[in-house]
Amino acid sequence: MALPDKESSPIFADAAAGTLRLIGYLALACVLMVLDHRNDWLHRARVTASLVVEPVYRLAAWPAEAAQDAGVAFSQRRALIDENRQLREALLLAQARLNRMNAVTEQNARLKQLLETRRMLGMNVQLARLINVDLGAARNRVMIDAGSREGVRVGQVVIDAHGVMGQVVEVLPHSATVLLITDANHSIPVVDERSGLRGIAHGSNVPDRLLVSDIPLSADVKVGDRVTTSGLGGRFPAGFPVGTIESIGPDPSGMFAQAIARPAAALARSGEVLLLRDLPEQVGPPTVAPEFGPPASLAPAGNAAAAPNDPAAAAALQKPVAATASGGTTP
Amino acid sequence: MNRQRAQNWIFGVSLALSLLLMLMPLPQTWAPLKPYWPALVLVYWALELPERVTLGLAFLVGLGADVLDGALLGEQALRLVALSFIVLRFRSRLRFFPMWQQALAVLVLLLNDRVLLLLVRLFAGDPRPPATFWLAPFTGTLAWPFVFLLLDDIRARLRAKET
Repeated sequence: MALPDKESSPIFADAAAGTLRLIGYLALACVLMVLDHRNDWLHRARVTASLVVEPVYRLAAWPAEAAQDAGVAFSQRRALIDENRQLREALLLAQARLNRMNAVTEQNARLKQLLETRRMLGMNVQLARLINVDLGAARNRVMIDAGSREGVRVGQVVIDAHGVMGQVVEVLPHSATVLLITDANHSIPVVDERSGLRGIAHGSNVPDRLLVSDIPLSADVKVGDRVTTSGLGGRFPAGFPVGTIESIGPDPSGMFAQAIARPAAALARSGEVLLLRDLPEQVGPPTVAPEFGPPASLAPAGNAAAAPNDPAAAAALQKPVAATASGGTTP
Repeated sequence: MNRQRAQNWIFGVSLALSLLLMLMPLPQTWAPLKPYWPALVLVYWALELPERVTLGLAFLVGLGADVLDGALLGEQALRLVALSFIVLRFRSRLRFFPMWQQALAVLVLLLNDRVLLLLVRLFAGDPRPPATFWLAPFTGTLAWPFVFLLLDDIRARLRAKET
């Protein structure tokens, strides 16, 4: 019963070569990961492959959407009637609130005009739908169905009806990836609405949980406080709801308090989201005061281009860098 | 010749479907339970058609998964290469295991895969994942017999149609 010599046993078949190849591929993968981590190769690869990648996303999202549609189609008439009534009531309430808001908005606009603020009050937003794709449970990201062709840019703020959802981190031609505020790599500057205390809310990778860390132990934060964006840092405009404080306790070091907040936005539920088009308040030093010295009408013709009422200059003010540059050249 | 083509066809389609399944969403509470489908399908093909499944193929599938997933280029390539290497090395034993033993082997493979993923994530600077991170290998183990039987059945049917 001797083993046949010619036929090498598959268990040990070119074991050394296999191991070498394994090491080679593992090394290649490691090099790729490091390079990607440093140079963001993956994004470029994804943009190049977007012609293939985007239809795959739509395809992968299709069953879940079909299931949702089927749920609607086969749900009980009774449930639909109930839902309809609830929606009607909600609409009425919202309408009433909106009417009141309209008055306030008008008043606000008038006051702002009085103060000669240049900022437009109307928010420029863009509607986008979530694509129902799972990008890995460990990372809190979602895909939306608008991309660079629709004018989406990296850094745009994404909100829903209840509050801030996150920001755009990657843009493909017809879709974009949004980093949710609950991602562990995301932080958002917030302010306690009641006490005015500022802080930073970090994601924790747990859905429905934000950490507001490094609060002084003596600070005035209570359970139930609403936190909103503070507008510091320039990425998120001020005043959007972020969450509600659920509990407060000392952090691991014992030197500061740490609060846990529940996000205001409905992060887990899919649907439509709004992308803020306007860049938030300008970053960096304030622009030069518009009316400085004698009235602009007395200035020689050459200076008229730098006058604040000029539309081009006003448009340039939307971009902070351009704004400071044009501000610097104003005599 | 025709059979070869059908074989190729199943091979490609099953791998593509596994990538698609990877992207399909589950309800929030079930999300951590989702098995790592590309790994299961690759294990099956590594057991059945070892001459087809090379480390290079595993690497390419992994790269494709990375481009779709958009997390970190090379992460899944590394995991799938390691996985298929182990399967190819122990193939002659794994193949003749009874189903439950095979499923246990798959569990060990998937747990090993999770450890690799954890290492990569920690190196990339991500925080420690929650305990539910370790659930997916177990559902993968439960799914293994079905993946195996389904693919085996499809192949057997094709073979029967041929003859």
